[in-house]
Amino acid sequence: MSTPTTGSPAGQDRDRRPGDLWRTVARGVGQTLVTAGLVVLLFVVYELYVTDLFADRRQDAVADELRATWDGAPEDPTVAAAPAAPPAQVPLGQGVGFLHVPRLGPDWSRAVVEGTGPEQLEQGPGHYVGTAMPGQPGNVGIAGHRVGTGSPFLDLDRLRPGDPVVLETADAWFVYRVLGDPATGDLLADPSGIPGQQVVSPTDVDVISPTPDADPAAPATGSYLTLTTCHPKYSARQRLVVHARLDGAPVAKADAPGGPPALTGD
Amino acid sequence: MYTWIWRHLPGGTASKAVLALLLVAAVSALLLFVVFPAIAPHLPYDDVTVDQ
Repeated sequence: MSTPTTGSPAGQDRDRRPGDLWRTVARGVGQTLVTAGLVVLLFVVYELYVTDLFADRRQDAVADELRATWDGAPEDPTVAAAPAAPPAQVPLGQGVGFLHVPRLGPDWSRAVVEGTGPEQLEQGPGHYVGTAMPGQPGNVGIAGHRVGTGSPFLDLDRLRPGDPVVLETADAWFVYRVLGDPATGDLLADPSGIPGQQVVSPTDVDVISPTPDADPAAPATGSYLTLTTCHPKYSARQRLVVHARLDGAPVAKADAPGGPPALTGD
Repeated sequence: MYTWIWRHLPGGTASKAVLALLLVAAVSALLLFVVFPAIAPHLPYDDVTVDQ
């Protein structure tokens, strides 16, 4: 205030009229509100775009690490006959496998990490700790962000009955298909009674039960895969859930290095 | 506040403009890379899991 460098009126007179005080206060409040608005706008930009930059980098790191681990692992000739169960306990944040969903885009693929905490979900879709591993009986639960942080599951609502959801592990491809009636496209018409898609409350943990929507303590009736994300977009009020069931036997990577027919379209 | 900052930036109008833009960039970077990552996990938009 003491050394104005331009011809501003601030230093001209000290004996201001009472109206000047109110004008200063009003201007201060106005500028504060405008600033707050800009900060909120910047936060939107952060959530929608900047988190993607961070998440993409971390996802690439997980994917590279997983590929490197698999490439370095010694070949096990027995897996072609019966794919060995993946390690029962994967450390948090470590890659579990790759998820391929052709419906979400050609070559759509994400490395899935173990754990569903904020830290893991920033790396990529997260595998619910304690749920089945790829190909095992039970339910493979995977959560992913819908908007921001890489937006892996932005278009999860586009999945239709019969769509392949493929899990790739070190030795094999596991093809799951979205439940429902592929003939009519009705997601709710699966013979098992389990819907292909549902919107549930965030506390509805039954969706990742060994048999989806059944008692969590009940034994599994098959091999399922469940994807969860937030719903509606930009909100966390509900959860969008997609259920799929293992379709046929696993395809050994030795037999199909480029992917199972469900992915390659052969 | 903005008037006060503008008055205290040194130099002529061009210098003030450049410095003001630098200030805006610095504050934006601080928000984007330090403040927002720190507060985002505490906001409720990012919950994608089912739990109790």
